[in-house]
Amino acid sequence: MEGYLRRTVVWYGGVGLLTRQVFRSLALPPKYFLLIVQEIEVMGVRSLGVAMTAAIFTGMVFTIQSAVNMGRFGAESYVGPVAALAILRELGPVLTAILVGGKVASGITAELGSMKVTEQIDALRMLGVNYIKRLVVPRVLAALIVFPLLTVLADAVGVLGGMLIMFLERGADMYAYWNITSYWVVPKDFLTGVGKSVFFGVIVTLIGCYNGLSTEGGTEGLGRATTATVVHVTMAVIVSDFFITKLFLTLFY
Amino acid sequence: MAMPEPIVDAHDLRKSFDANAVLRGVSFELAKGETLVVMGGSGAGKTVLLRLVAGLIRPDSGRLQVFGRSIERLSEEALLPLRRRMGYVFQSAALFDSLSVHDNVAYPLREHTSLGEAEIDERVVRNLSVVGLSSEVLPLLPSELSGGMRKRVGIARALSVEPEMLLFDEPTAGLDPTNSKLVADLMLELRGGVCDTAMVVTHDVELARTVADRVAVLIAGEFAALGPADEVLSGNNPAVQAFLAGGAGHGAAGFRAGR
Repeated sequence: MEGYLRRTVVWYGGVGLLTRQVFRSLALPPKYFLLIVQEIEVMGVRSLGVAMTAAIFTGMVFTIQSAVNMGRFGAESYVGPVAALAILRELGPVLTAILVGGKVASGITAELGSMKVTEQIDALRMLGVNYIKRLVVPRVLAALIVFPLLTVLADAVGVLGGMLIMFLERGADMYAYWNITSYWVVPKDFLTGVGKSVFFGVIVTLIGCYNGLSTEGGTEGLGRATTATVVHVTMAVIVSDFFITKLFLTLFY
Repeated sequence: MAMPEPIVDAHDLRKSFDANAVLRGVSFELAKGETLVVMGGSGAGKTVLLRLVAGLIRPDSGRLQVFGRSIERLSEEALLPLRRRMGYVFQSAALFDSLSVHDNVAYPLREHTSLGEAEIDERVVRNLSVVGLSSEVLPLLPSELSGGMRKRVGIARALSVEPEMLLFDEPTAGLDPTNSKLVADLMLELRGGVCDTAMVVTHDVELARTVADRVAVLIAGEFAALGPADEVLSGNNPAVQAFLAGGAGHGAAGFRAGR
């Protein structure tokens, strides 16, 4: 129990210290900008399939469930805005962060962790390279771009998927559906969701980097670190979502 | 001052990991032009000592000066320029496994200099020829090299920063006798040419006999002996003789150095 508490405190402290180091090292030399572009490709482009598949099916299932059950008390005409609000404010950013975050962060942990256990991180340090700038900062900056973009796409695909399933399954009038949705949904709903995804992207990437850089115990430790990242990322997104939502509701409602 | 300043000046270095006291007060100096070999069994803390000198980890207490600067409390950022004056040869070579041999050796040049590609190519080939490798290995990936070749590429990469001091972590570990001999000969050649100052940690007595000016024997976190090579290796310190005969140094085995 004591060991567990100690590891937990060390982990939170470590992520905090890494965050501080990242913010201090944000000024990158120009030649590292190519690294950001590469990371955008690795993190973003290669996650499109996962993110869009999850978005369209979640949009469809949420909308059809809402339609059937809101229909029980005669509110089926409000399914459009309800589904759109849920997708824009929660499902889009959160699901994207969990799925893409889990995939991206565990990949980062595996890569940095194997560099750590084979002394390649130390080799960088001995060659006079600031490894935070070389390995962590480009990934965090890429996440700042990738996560909001993927969330915007997931939002669009989710809402349109819901609209499509309403047309096909419930015979809804698409024009009326879009009309009532766009009447109730305001830019703020969309922007707070995208704002969240920026936070999620940074948190998720920092967790992946920290778990990789703190890997110990050879290949076995590497396996443990990668698994831990998936759990940490999922928990971090779900828990921080509540607090960010509270904050946004207080600030912007 | 009459004496020139030593390149490394360590006084009463102590380092523990959790409850495990690995170094319990180690003091030594490394002068310009000298090769110091630190011997000890697995888990005796040799690698920890080398990593302290490189500033990769910090001592719990004690004084440590490298190139005349106290490095015990220096930040990572402040250590980077100092590290560029040393070359560290890792036990596992620690080559960047996604980069070719050429890009590995060129890495510090691309990172820290504004040299053109032609100039970089020329220096890479020159450094590889110093370690006895032909330009045929340039396009290969580290996974395609033998252990001995990897080690030599690791040395070539360390030489790229044009170091004033080389740090060797178990340079002959995992190599067959022929390759061990080649690496030992290479180390002798280096000190006659590109870099005359070195600190070596090893448990290889043959290597110590070949390259050392002075030898230190690390047992239970302290230097059981420190002196001219032939004196220490043929001396009458019982603990040292027991280690050389293969009896000591395994008490703390199981501790993984360099955490």
